[in-house]
Amino acid sequence: MGATDGDAPGSTDAVGVDGAADADDGNAGDPLLAVDDVVKAFGGLVAVDGATFDVERESITGLIGPNGAGKSTLFDCITGVHAPDGGTIRLDGEEIQGRSPTAVARRGVGRTFQTPKTFRGMTVRENLAFAARGQTGERALNTLFRPGTVDAEEADVRERVDEILAFLELEHLADEYGSALSGGQRKLLELGRVIVMDPDIILLDEPIAGVNPSLTDDLLDRLEELNDRGRTILLIEHDMDVVMEHCDHVVVMHNGETLASGPPRIVREDDRVVDAYLGGYDA
Amino acid sequence: MALLTGWAAFLVGFATIAAIYGLLTLGLNVHYGYTGLLNFGHVAFFAAGAYAAAIVTMPPPATVTNASYVVWFNLPMPWGFPVSLAAAALAGGALALLIGLTSVRLGTHYLAIATFALAGVFGDVLVNEAWLTNGSFGMNGVPKPGRAALGADVWQLAYLAFALASLAAVYLLVERVMNAPFGRLLKGIRESEAAAEMLGKNATVAKLKSFVIGGMIAGFAGGVYAHYLGSVVTAQFLPAVTFTVYAAMLLGGAASNTGAVVGAFTVVAFRESTRFITTAYDWVQATLPEPLTGVLPALVGPLPNNPSFIPSMRLVAVGLLFVLVIRYRPEGLLGNPAEVDALGDEGGGE
Repeated sequence: MGATDGDAPGSTDAVGVDGAADADDGNAGDPLLAVDDVVKAFGGLVAVDGATFDVERESITGLIGPNGAGKSTLFDCITGVHAPDGGTIRLDGEEIQGRSPTAVARRGVGRTFQTPKTFRGMTVRENLAFAARGQTGERALNTLFRPGTVDAEEADVRERVDEILAFLELEHLADEYGSALSGGQRKLLELGRVIVMDPDIILLDEPIAGVNPSLTDDLLDRLEELNDRGRTILLIEHDMDVVMEHCDHVVVMHNGETLASGPPRIVREDDRVVDAYLGGYDA
Repeated sequence: MALLTGWAAFLVGFATIAAIYGLLTLGLNVHYGYTGLLNFGHVAFFAAGAYAAAIVTMPPPATVTNASYVVWFNLPMPWGFPVSLAAAALAGGALALLIGLTSVRLGTHYLAIATFALAGVFGDVLVNEAWLTNGSFGMNGVPKPGRAALGADVWQLAYLAFALASLAAVYLLVERVMNAPFGRLLKGIRESEAAAEMLGKNATVAKLKSFVIGGMIAGFAGGVYAHYLGSVVTAQFLPAVTFTVYAAMLLGGAASNTGAVVGAFTVVAFRESTRFITTAYDWVQATLPEPLTGVLPALVGPLPNNPSFIPSMRLVAVGLLFVLVIRYRPEGLLGNPAEVDALGDEGGGE
């Protein structure tokens, strides 16, 4: 898998968060993703209105908030689907706002969708292999004039795809077409594609929504495992039990703004968060 | 003198045309079958190739009747032949690049309209720019390489062999490219552009490449066609060619190269079969027992007695085939139903 470890796992716990409304972690220093005062309006509707937060390296950060809070739009801004009207988005210190989705992905941002965009007319194996980066054989002429390199890379990709099939426990579906998969399997497959792509940060839009409960735990285990291997994860999730249990850090959005940010325990007790979103949640 | 008569002549001619349609279908299959690009202007790439081949090999206009073109290169055969075919492929690719740069970002149905319209515009250019294309008279002195040396009959067979060999070569090239990561890239873009881009692929560039590759194949087919017929006339390049190629691709099975070739031969055979309507009619009429001889003329009576009626049935035959395939076998003869399932969905992949 070539996990990019090296730092001690769990170092994210060192992040000093006081649970105040100030979403900027200030002294945390060196976040992987820094969203700063991002604004995105569609006509008169301001979907994202000054969202500001950091995603620490090797953390699982949860992005929560009521429907319409601007979470998915913010994902679209980060991944280049929309160019924000204002503010900056930094990945590893480099501004990426306004770049094309392709450029952002190549820079190291992977993403899944709320409704998986599975390649239905391709097998599970092809779906995964597609995501491999930097393939010589993606240039038509190389397939004819550099067959040795192309075939050797294909063998590597195949091996890697096999590993990920095993990791996601999808081996039995390897040669099924995307169209034959259940909703939950498609979510796993989409996650698998992102893993093959091997980005620095993975953005997941409601990864367990609509997934068969028997698959949910599996999927969450996989996410934890990925995180243990050094991947940074930012996820939108509505299931508060999941957020509380699996996230190191939570960002709360409301009406396009980031309302609060911090460790789950502290965010849960923030009065404004409770008013805006959590209601009577108690765990 | 003519050794090739009757059925033999018909079969050789049929197979040569079918091989050329096989090339066209392989090209369109790269566009639609692999990339999901709904190209309704395929005939323009075919025409661009045919005209390019004609322009580089036509003799001086003074030696050709009704010639008013001012650009010709008169490349000598046989060595001019490969140059001519290369020029044909380049012309098809260049036109595809031009049309693709303006249109390839459009969604499926919009791309269909844009390509159909631009192909129409290109057809008008061919008619009107007589200095280059000799206008509606066409280019009627395209050399048939080797014909003088081989004699008419042997040349027919030799050219058939060449057309089939070209088809086989292009088939193998397309198979290789489409079964490599490049083909997988195109298929993923066909399934969901948004997902492909989120995985770091440049969908626009890949679609443009696909468009150019298919256009080059169609242009090459145009070159093979020009040197086969010895003349290139705008009336040969009507939208019906595009739709015949679609019928061939859908019949054979989109995203299957073997299907493309099988489909092309089947559709061309189906289309040519209308030639035998009159013969079949006469034969049936002659075989029918005496009391029934009035039946056929009574049935045919209401049909228009126009010399273009039977030939126009070709289009009906192709249209009928279209309907039958889409209705009863949408994946075609050799297509993979799981793969063809989502083809043509607007923004598919959800």
